[in-house]
Amino acid sequence: MSFSYMLQDWTKYRSTHPSGDLAKDHPEYKWAMAIDLDACTGCNACVVACYAENNLPVVGKEKFKHGQVMHWIRIERYWNDEDIETPHQGAQFMPMLCQQCEAAPCETVCPVGATNHTPDGLNSQIYNRCIGSRYCSANCPYKVRYFNWYNYPEQENAWPDPLPMQLNPDLTVRTKGIMEKCTFCVQRLRAAQSTARTEGRLVKDGEVTTACAQACPTGAITFGNLVDPYSKVATMWRQQRVELHKDIQDKDRNGDNDGVRGYRVLEDLRAYPSIMYLERIRDTKA
Amino acid sequence: MNDFNRDKEKDIRDDIAWAQINKDVLQSIDKPRSAFWQLFAFAGFLFAIGVGCEIYQYRVGLGVGNFDNPHMWGLYIASFIFWIGMSHSGTLLSAILHIIHADWRKPIYRFAEAMTTFSLMTAGLFVMVHLGRLWQVYYALPYPNERWTWPNFQSPLLWDAMAIFTYLTSSMLFLYVGAIPDFAICRDNATGWRKNFYTVLALGWMGTDRQWRNFRVSYMTIACFLIPLAVSVHSIVASDFAMSQQPGWHITSFPPYFVAGALYSGCAAIITLFIVLRHTFRFEEYMTFPILDKIARLTFAIAMVWTYLNLIEFASVWYGHDMYSKEVLIQKATGPYSPFWWTMIFCGSVVPFALLSKWVRANLTAMMIISLLLNLGMWLERWMIVAPTFSHGYYPWTLDHDQWPSFVQWGIVLGSFGWFGLLFMLFCKLVPSVSMYEVKEMVYHRTLARKHAREA
Repeated sequence: MSFSYMLQDWTKYRSTHPSGDLAKDHPEYKWAMAIDLDACTGCNACVVACYAENNLPVVGKEKFKHGQVMHWIRIERYWNDEDIETPHQGAQFMPMLCQQCEAAPCETVCPVGATNHTPDGLNSQIYNRCIGSRYCSANCPYKVRYFNWYNYPEQENAWPDPLPMQLNPDLTVRTKGIMEKCTFCVQRLRAAQSTARTEGRLVKDGEVTTACAQACPTGAITFGNLVDPYSKVATMWRQQRVELHKDIQDKDRNGDNDGVRGYRVLEDLRAYPSIMYLERIRDTKA
Repeated sequence: MNDFNRDKEKDIRDDIAWAQINKDVLQSIDKPRSAFWQLFAFAGFLFAIGVGCEIYQYRVGLGVGNFDNPHMWGLYIASFIFWIGMSHSGTLLSAILHIIHADWRKPIYRFAEAMTTFSLMTAGLFVMVHLGRLWQVYYALPYPNERWTWPNFQSPLLWDAMAIFTYLTSSMLFLYVGAIPDFAICRDNATGWRKNFYTVLALGWMGTDRQWRNFRVSYMTIACFLIPLAVSVHSIVASDFAMSQQPGWHITSFPPYFVAGALYSGCAAIITLFIVLRHTFRFEEYMTFPILDKIARLTFAIAMVWTYLNLIEFASVWYGHDMYSKEVLIQKATGPYSPFWWTMIFCGSVVPFALLSKWVRANLTAMMIISLLLNLGMWLERWMIVAPTFSHGYYPWTLDHDQWPSFVQWGIVLGSFGWFGLLFMLFCKLVPSVSMYEVKEMVYHRTLARKHAREA
């Protein structure tokens, strides 16, 4: 611990407003997602995959009712009464997970700096550093951060025998009193990045994906590197004319958004989320 | 003039002998009324409840408080703000009124200062109780360590920690320095272990000219240092909310609003303790009705400032374009929290109008009830800042209007009152809660003024 260490520039580990030049903010990778709500059937496969991949404990009926559930990705179900006659009876689904905001409201408020921005654009969470002040969740507009209200791993219904044998060894099991959230399956990303670095190249599109995207039977979730202009996710963002560094997209400002469906949730709060949603195409008649 | 009125207008006697002052105040340390021990036992009981709840929560996890995903904070943070607020009155009375030479504060500032210190300690406890991993609380302090990690200096919570520690140390210093001449009086009159106790505390005070001069300078310096601290500490607590992005919190006027609320609840608490101390320690001679009258007027003025700032906040939200904030405001007034919200408005803005009546200001029972109501209103205010925003934030899927704090949260809140009570009463038993030398000074100055008036 030295004085010069204190004076170093640590701002790059904090969220900043994106400059507009993606290659400058993120020289190699900027992980991002596109979720097509029209393809989502609300089957919850992504949620199950996330539980399996990320060692999420099952909290049981009582605690679920109390809102103490630990699903990093949740399928929200809304009802549209006008569509009640259609085959889907007006049900609308919305997979909601951490939006990995560029200027994340959660990062600045953490008293111990347990949540930080990585150079590849992830909003990381350091479990060991977290003291559980829950300020990050208080300031999260999406409320996608989950707190370990109990010592879940030791609860009988979290992983009854022999389920502890199937826990993913690539990441930890979290204890009580700390915050956790979707990491974009950072353990997979790091493994792929490490392999690529060994081979002296960048991670190719499609080489790595998150558990939820992998499990989605309809391919509603697309995951990839936004810096790579030829990746699927970057192509989709471009096609939908959604730009990472805008708080209001040009197409919406100018009103020429016919035929494009891309939007980001609560974009006007200027958190610059990394997940683009594709609006549902509503079939008014069956 | 009948007897009643004479009693109500009687101030400290000008011709009271200094030895009499010593005797009256010192007997408070020796043998208080039995009400003291009853209150002490009651406070201990409340504290035991709180400790029990905290042990349970520490072992099992914060879930037992019935928190959930949107309701991340609860009564702990609300009570934390409440106790921080309570701490402001002491500084107001002792430091601000000291430098503007308001004489009437002298018999009551000592216990107000003690209130400052102990309510800060109570507030600090809530920070700990609130944390998910209490055993790692030191991560929030900037201490050199071999892991090379620092706390996040961008976080308002860190500013909080620093502001509170600074305020706590300064107010303890202020309290202690201001009491040194009185410790010397205690030392000269005590016997047994108390003699040693006060000898150490009095720091060899002899009452020489040089000592008095140094004492004056240092006391004034700390007073001047304390005033900006008092303003900053609650402004920073307000920043916890104002710096966040949430609807209902993201309000520019929060820092002055919090400071006004703090002074308000502090004054109300001073009235409560004034009446309690007056009875338990037989301080009728020193804690007189004219003093009560003046605090009551002060409380009324601050109540109106608070009401005004409230109206500003409502108006700016109502006429602003932020629909989320507006929804939170509507939710407060009509939703599940509406009974508490309207109680807060009633207790905070309507009840103080009773203080306009001279009869009320001179009636101990009425003043006791009013001061408790005001404090209830101020506690509710803090709760109404914290809870409704969590229940009705930005994201519709996580709107949650049904969550209710469990008995663990309520128990710890009750326990905090017990803890404060224990500390405060212990203090009053060990340290003269009326400043003897300042009362003597006041009496002396009045005699002098009268003499001059006679001669002129």
